[in-house]
Amino acid sequence: MTRVAVLKGGRSLERQVSLASGARVEDALERLGHDVAAIDVGGDLVAQLRRSEASVAFVALHGRGGEDGTVQELLEVLEIPYTGSGVHACMRCFDKVLTKYALREGGLPTPDWVSLSEIGFQDLGAADVLGGIAERLRFPLVVKPVSQGSSLGVKHAPTAAELPAALVGALSYGARVLLEHHIEGRELAVSLLARGDGDSDVEALPIVEALPRGPEYDFAARYEIGETDFVCPAELDDDVADRVREIALSAWRLMGARGFARVDMILGADGPTVLEVNPIPGLTETSLLPQAADAAGVSFDQVVERVLAEALAR
Amino acid sequence: MTERRPTRGAAHELERYAGLFSARTRVMRSSAMRDLMAVTVRPEVISLAGGLPDTSTFDPALFVQLMSEMAPAAALQYGPSEGLEGVREAIALVMAAEDMHVDPDEVIVTTGGQQAIDLVTKTLVDPGDVVIAEAPTYPGAVPTFCSYEADVIQIEMDSDGMIIASLEETLARLDAQGRRPKFIYTIPNFQNPAGVTMSLERRRRLVEIARERELLVLEDNPYGMLRFEGEGLPTLRTIEGPTGAPGENDFVIYAGTMSKILSPGVRVGWLVAPRPLLAKLVLGKQSTDLCSSTLAQHFVAAYFASTDWRPYVESLCDLYHRRRDVILDALAENLPPEATWTRPHGGLFIWVTLPDYIDTTDMLARALADNVAFVPGEAAFADGRGRHSMRLNFSSSSDEDIREGVRRIGKIIAEQLALYDTLTGRRRQPPAAPVVVAEPEIEAPAPAAADDGEGMAHILQLPRRGAMGGRRSREA
Repeated sequence: MTRVAVLKGGRSLERQVSLASGARVEDALERLGHDVAAIDVGGDLVAQLRRSEASVAFVALHGRGGEDGTVQELLEVLEIPYTGSGVHACMRCFDKVLTKYALREGGLPTPDWVSLSEIGFQDLGAADVLGGIAERLRFPLVVKPVSQGSSLGVKHAPTAAELPAALVGALSYGARVLLEHHIEGRELAVSLLARGDGDSDVEALPIVEALPRGPEYDFAARYEIGETDFVCPAELDDDVADRVREIALSAWRLMGARGFARVDMILGADGPTVLEVNPIPGLTETSLLPQAADAAGVSFDQVVERVLAEALAR
Repeated sequence: MTERRPTRGAAHELERYAGLFSARTRVMRSSAMRDLMAVTVRPEVISLAGGLPDTSTFDPALFVQLMSEMAPAAALQYGPSEGLEGVREAIALVMAAEDMHVDPDEVIVTTGGQQAIDLVTKTLVDPGDVVIAEAPTYPGAVPTFCSYEADVIQIEMDSDGMIIASLEETLARLDAQGRRPKFIYTIPNFQNPAGVTMSLERRRRLVEIARERELLVLEDNPYGMLRFEGEGLPTLRTIEGPTGAPGENDFVIYAGTMSKILSPGVRVGWLVAPRPLLAKLVLGKQSTDLCSSTLAQHFVAAYFASTDWRPYVESLCDLYHRRRDVILDALAENLPPEATWTRPHGGLFIWVTLPDYIDTTDMLARALADNVAFVPGEAAFADGRGRHSMRLNFSSSSDEDIREGVRRIGKIIAEQLALYDTLTGRRRQPPAAPVVVAEPEIEAPAPAAADDGEGMAHILQLPRRGAMGGRRSREA
């Protein structure tokens, strides 16, 4: 039996999702016979961690603070082992621009992009190059906050007319945005899970395809049961499925991820391309990693156990 | 440290559940907004989002006295589905204060005003049936209508409430399709969220339409007693049946609540309806909860039996009046000229409309970073409109918090407008010198706002600040 602190909630905009992920993790840990200290992350986190006397932390946080390396850094200082990716990997995954540079430099496909900041627009005249950027990337464009999960603030700009409002909307979530060419195609997610048997080996779980019922895979579709149809394993030709899994594993290694992660991709006319790497994938009832694990015959409890084992084996 | 929670089963297969959900859950939507709203409960956030009355001024000694006066055996027992006699009498008293005459037998006590809306919808609406509401409408009614799979059609408003000409056009269009709305939902007084009040002329015309077309109207009046400016107007119920004699009210269903004049915590609301409908509503209530909390009803009955309820309401009106003035001043001082807002004569809410390129749901994310919150306008629509408006509450924050909250919101709006202008290469006009205009008696409707490109503009056409004479406290 291990004393495990489950870190959940926090102050990010994805607080509710994190509370749901955390609650499921607590249940699983209890069923596995561990001693659980649930911590809703706030200003007293350090005091709570000390009081909990936990020997390991399960980080079930999503969004800013929890998924961007901040909590991980703190846990390093406190010398408490924790689940999932380390500080640097979290920072690189949470910042979509750093992710894309890493992917491109590693030779993995990712849609063309440009990133811009509010300061660039306000102080450096970046608006004057918007036309050129849009021309280079080609419409339709997707505008995303650079550091925000769960598709919050993701805007579509089919033409130049929608671009300014899309930028204002996305910049509400953070000071930097990513403009990306929107690739038409099938939405795929590959969840990766440590084997948890001592070495750092990782398993690519069956590919999930998301088929949203609405026009796009937005926040509501992501968390509401029945808003999106999921197919797992996705119906793909073997060679395509192999390629998708291979790219996901390469992305995992490039980013230096650990424990678990989810690589989101679009399968377009030119093959699969990576959109992002989530260092702490959602663990709610509607989340993709638990579904993919289930399809592979890995129960939710086993997912939690393997992620925990990987953390303790470091 | 560990919270006690029943251990969930290992059933984690999404599709296993998905297959079990009723069709109506498909329209019960989660949204980014709801999750953002969850963050507004942080103590450091100044929330102008809630619809809360201020219960802090209720006399604690009176509370204790009322609790001690209640007979335990009765208060702890089930009660009649229609509600306790003493509560129905109290309701008749409250309605009389707004010049409505009602026999306590015509009243059903509901679990808050929310259940009144739910019961009426449950009793009348089959999937696909049309319900007509105002645009914007009460954000709490949207999920209710949706969960009964109503086709909600929202009628535009201006500063005189629902535009009856638009209603008539809609009814004619529905006629042509062979469709008939099951009911028209309206909040004539200090509407939530718009803060506007339906004019007398429009009230009369609405009642006429209901009679001519034999259409039911659900008149929701939670805020009627909270008028702090101007003369009260007769309710739709009074217009239809001035004496309240049996048979006089055929088409107006009236919903009221104790939430805003006593306490939302007691969850006591009510419905008054034509008798044949009343019987069905009672059946509907029985299947939902048998009866509203007897404990709470005894509290309400004791309150009305032992004290004069009006001074407390008057004290609330004074409080909200002052806070309304504080927020109007703060808005005039802090919002840019592109913003428009309503000027309520009562109630709890102000509706602010921004240029159509500002999305208030996104803006809320930014506002939360600055520890201030509001309700994004999309909550008040069933069809995705309202995304450039917001509802502000002025009843539940201190004067100081209202000022600071509006200041923060104003700063964010200014930043977003400046950013948009930078992106589009437009140069912002330098701010005009503050002008003080005498407040007109009647707020003239403003010229139509720019179309949002999807034929869904004109969420609420309201006077621009200049025409409204919004005051600026920062003169000189």
